[in-house]
Amino acid sequence: MTLPLIVYRSLRQHALSTLITAGGIALAAGLLMTVWRVKVESQAAFTQTSAGFDAVLGARGSKLQLVLNAIFHLEASPGNVAAADAEAIRRHPLVKAAIPIAVGDNLRGFRLVGTVPELFTGVEYAPGRKYVIESGGRLFAADQREAVAGSFAAQQLGLRVGSVFRPFHGLNFDPKAEHAEEFTVTGILAPTNTPADRVIWLPLRGIQTMAGHDPKAATDVSAVLLQLRTPTAGFMLDMLYNKQGNRLTFAFPVGAIMAELFGKISWFDRVLELVAYLVALVAAGSVLASIYNSMSARQRDLAILRALGARRRTVFGAVLAEATVIGALGALAGLAAHFALYAGVASLIRAQTGVVLTPWAFHAVLVLCPLAMTALCALGGIVPAVKAYRTPVAETIAPVS
Amino acid sequence: MLAVRQLSKSFAGPDGTRVPVVAVAEFDLAAGEQLALRGESGSGKTTFLHLIAGILAADAGEVRLDGVEMTALGEPARDRLRAEKLGYIFQTFNLLQGFTVLENVLLGMSFGPRGADRAHARAVLERVGLGHRLGHFPRQLSTGQQQRVAVARALANRPRLVLADEPTGNLDARHAGEALALIREVCREQGAALLLVSHDEGVLGQFQLRRDFAELNQVLREARR
Repeated sequence: MTLPLIVYRSLRQHALSTLITAGGIALAAGLLMTVWRVKVESQAAFTQTSAGFDAVLGARGSKLQLVLNAIFHLEASPGNVAAADAEAIRRHPLVKAAIPIAVGDNLRGFRLVGTVPELFTGVEYAPGRKYVIESGGRLFAADQREAVAGSFAAQQLGLRVGSVFRPFHGLNFDPKAEHAEEFTVTGILAPTNTPADRVIWLPLRGIQTMAGHDPKAATDVSAVLLQLRTPTAGFMLDMLYNKQGNRLTFAFPVGAIMAELFGKISWFDRVLELVAYLVALVAAGSVLASIYNSMSARQRDLAILRALGARRRTVFGAVLAEATVIGALGALAGLAAHFALYAGVASLIRAQTGVVLTPWAFHAVLVLCPLAMTALCALGGIVPAVKAYRTPVAETIAPVS
Repeated sequence: MLAVRQLSKSFAGPDGTRVPVVAVAEFDLAAGEQLALRGESGSGKTTFLHLIAGILAADAGEVRLDGVEMTALGEPARDRLRAEKLGYIFQTFNLLQGFTVLENVLLGMSFGPRGADRAHARAVLERVGLGHRLGHFPRQLSTGQQQRVAVARALANRPRLVLADEPTGNLDARHAGEALALIREVCREQGAALLLVSHDEGVLGQFQLRRDFAELNQVLREARR
């Protein structure tokens, strides 16, 4: 009872500094866990997102740009693929499925992507999962000005079955660049937690033949999404298009190209990590400073305890336990801070990319970081604990008469 | 019960030389005895009590408490012995301000052999008239009440010896009389010996057994010569 009581009362007595110190630790722990999880899980999410395709064929250019444009609907298209090339790859014996897409328009910032109905009927965007149109809706007809809206885009734009809209030219929203054609929403996609949720899907012909688009490119596509028959097919097609050819780019495998991106920006992760570690160190230092500064005020209490029979190791343990408890309280609050931060970051990433990070998923860092922060704070408590250990009892409790 | 032999203590002066403060050749107190030591401020009487309590380590000499030679013990054993056999009442009470009245007494008990016995702590506090103030903090009590908490804390472990250092120094005459009567009464009830130091003749006059610390302490005797 003695040690917990001493620690509890001391924390109560110095409630403000306890709160501020624990708050600093919470912030540090929350930041550390968030940086770590966002890094690891976003990397996993991005490298595992392939929309069900093994490769992308596009205009000659950057593979990364091609993947970002065709799979993540983020970048501009590097150029067009001629209809003959799209048809050639579709008929290639190594290709199991080829889905052409065309981009270039938006609806108030949400990308319009033209494609063929087979994307929704024949492709699993994740193992065992096909696109589903929510009840009351249906897939667009390939030869009509109709649209199917991704769940997030529909929610953000207020689109429902029967909604009519006019596309805007370009990938960035410009109110003055409105097309004359009207499209009717025939269905809303059930959430897929993929970038497809942020897209409004139109029939391929709908995009290709929109007024204002170059009539000479009316049969071109922006890219062809490919499912291959065998893993080795990718290497053969890579040889064919990238090494022997010079007009098109074959991006394969999709995950590896995204991993390359994360490899290129890994320095940024390291900077974030370093900042988080520094914050953690500062927080541990603040535990040391906070308890050390309060030592002069509480030295008398410690001396009284010693005069009552408390051993040196008891007062040492009390101060160390106090630092540990402050660390543990901060680490626990850090978990709460982390979940709040992570939910915010996840929602931002989802809004910007459609990639979903799950805030409640377990990750080892959620255990290791609070433990490490608590241990670090306990370590910070050693200096004031030594001061407590050395408290001169007679000098402190009363002046010599 | 308490035997002091050739006990001496000096402190380092500003120039580094040792300044002797206490040199007591012989001092005894029997079990249950109540003795008052008269001493002026700066006479070294608090240091003498600290040496008996084992709060300070002596330069030389011997303090034997209840048959145990305290000065031969290591610090942890001295701490244990102090918690077990000694009660200390300070002039400034030295209550722990962040703890309630009951917790102050419980903490005093918790380092002793019987541990924190809540029922006993309550009983002792009721005995000193504070049964209705258990949850109060020291700052919420009058000076006289704080003194009573200090008395309860010193006696809660059923000590063999109670050391009281100017225990009424912070009280007015009426409360001082009451506090002194309470300390002596409770010590008597528990069979604890009482060694009280004071410079207040009113307090000293209450004791049949009195000694002058100036006579006991050779340092003072030599200084007078």
